[in-house]
Amino acid sequence: MLEGILIGLSAAFSIQNLLMVIAGCLIGTFIGMLPGLGPMSIIAIMIPVAISLGDPAAALILLAGVYYGAIFGGSTSSILLNAPGVAGTVATSFDGYPMARKGQAGKALTIAAVASFSGGTIGAILLAIFAPALSSVALLFHSAEYFALMVVGLSAIAAFAGSGQVAKALMMTILGLMLATVGEGAIFNGARFTFGVMDLQSGISFITLAMAMFALPEALFLVLNPARSSQGDGSSGAITNLRFSREEGRKMVPVIGRQSLQGFFIGVLPGAGATIASFLGYAVERNLANPEEQKEFGNGSVKGLAAPETANNAACTGSFVPLLTLGIPGSGTTAILLGALIALNVTPGPRLMTDEPQIFWAVIISMYIGNLVLLVLNLPLIPYIAKILAIPRNFLIPFILFFTLMGAYIGQNNATELLILVGLGVMATVLRFANFPLAPLLIGFILGTMLEDNFFRSMMLYRGPEFIWERPMTAGLLILAAVLVVLPGFRAARARAKARTRGVADGD
Amino acid sequence: MALDRWIALIFVAFCCAYGYVAFFAMDGALRPFELRNPIWPSTFPKILSVIGLVLGMFVLLGFEKSEESQPGATDIDYRRLTDYNLGQAIGLLVLMVVYAHTLRPMGFLLTTTLFLVTGSALLGERRWLLMIVVAALATGFVWYLVQQVLGIFLRPLPFFMGN
Repeated sequence: MLEGILIGLSAAFSIQNLLMVIAGCLIGTFIGMLPGLGPMSIIAIMIPVAISLGDPAAALILLAGVYYGAIFGGSTSSILLNAPGVAGTVATSFDGYPMARKGQAGKALTIAAVASFSGGTIGAILLAIFAPALSSVALLFHSAEYFALMVVGLSAIAAFAGSGQVAKALMMTILGLMLATVGEGAIFNGARFTFGVMDLQSGISFITLAMAMFALPEALFLVLNPARSSQGDGSSGAITNLRFSREEGRKMVPVIGRQSLQGFFIGVLPGAGATIASFLGYAVERNLANPEEQKEFGNGSVKGLAAPETANNAACTGSFVPLLTLGIPGSGTTAILLGALIALNVTPGPRLMTDEPQIFWAVIISMYIGNLVLLVLNLPLIPYIAKILAIPRNFLIPFILFFTLMGAYIGQNNATELLILVGLGVMATVLRFANFPLAPLLIGFILGTMLEDNFFRSMMLYRGPEFIWERPMTAGLLILAAVLVVLPGFRAARARAKARTRGVADGD
Repeated sequence: MALDRWIALIFVAFCCAYGYVAFFAMDGALRPFELRNPIWPSTFPKILSVIGLVLGMFVLLGFEKSEESQPGATDIDYRRLTDYNLGQAIGLLVLMVVYAHTLRPMGFLLTTTLFLVTGSALLGERRWLLMIVVAALATGFVWYLVQQVLGIFLRPLPFFMGN
């Protein structure tokens, strides 16, 4: 293994590969910042460039750099505009955006950069240690367990996103799952719920839905109430203040430690990935925090920002484990990377480490360098990035709307997509008026296809729903999901009962 | 009835329609050999529609105590929606719909410049020259980025001027 690390070091520190890391991170950050262009589309676009390099290690290093850069750029737009271009940074906007609106945009970006760096670095070290061993853990998972695991993820998200209104959050999750069934699935040969409309055949695109749920309502709110944006303008003067206090740093350390580990292991599980890791990370930290800190969550909490940022970067690194050791992509992004590797005549799998150690270790080491580049490159750039808040409202709002339109259009090259965007955006705005959480809807939509695929596979294998009780791990996970959903309501009811016995009025 | 319960009512209606399609309209298209499968294309939607109905009724009938929080200064209170710049918001939405319909026939460059200028004008900007210059520059830059760098085709000019 030591020999492999040395080969990897020499490969990763060649001038060409160092340039690849820097170029990848820069391209990724700038494009990822535009709401709507996520890492998947950027990597897909960069594949021809990477393949033309001819060197598999350099190609993979470039693409991995783009991946990190895009995730980081996504958090920047989540914090500054509340317009996450990437599903994995949706949780970042929960606390990052309120913080930016309080005039602490600079601090929020620094915390995000430090948390990403720590998460990615710890993830890279864990990858080097656990990559061989972890493959056997992931191998134990059956499609029934994947199904159960996703149900756990969805109920956890609903239980924690709803702030006491679990039924509303679950309703949104179901709506997301329903939207995911529109169009042609991979497993059934035929379109569903398209009502003969050709443009619905390929389903609703994730980018369109993400834009409609987050960017468009926010832009409309800015239009409706000018007071919202004038508060944001006040922050442009405070962006010079990039530092966070020592006390805030001390708060972040345990969060970063826990979330690096948790995020990494969630990232290893195929199908889970950065999105679930960031939401679960947010939820777990919120539950661990003391009641005083819990109130801050959603209003610009340091912990609430550091948790998803650490977790999503750790998970990005973790998602390379199944790709490099098993040849199974754990997420859409790593699936695209797999395609690029095969085009370069490299077959990732258990033999990659012995046959071509320079690729395996160069990628792992360049991940560490990539994180360093992001920190060194992005921290000085933060004041310039944050200038976007100083653009006059009359110019900014049409541009936000234009970028949402472009994001939806580029993904599908279909003008009908724009009409779907406007329709869903109006729906999302109304839902926001009534305090329905929108993140569960989006996550339900993203996981919907995978959830059904795994459900289908287990049903086929067991010729019926027996897998639910015949596999102890599946049953255990599903019980956990049920507990997660019922617990908040139960706690609230008990608190009310307690208040009543003490003779305190309930308030309604 | 509060807005969230109205939404729940609409959701229940939506679940009924969705469930109707799943339970009664979808299985007719199955081929004979598919009937022997333990799972059909309609299985998952059926489960979803039942869960959705239960949850929708739960919210509709108000089983869950929701603390009605007073909206803050920057939050929007939908009960007095007309106090806000509703006209501007609707105008921009209409503009987006118009953009969707004119993007292909009129070409990217012209439509986008007009969209950005009209959008700013709707919001009350009156520095016309600045608006036109900014919009034209931004449009040209985005077009160059998308078309030349990313290689995604966007028809730049109106239909009667070739591609």
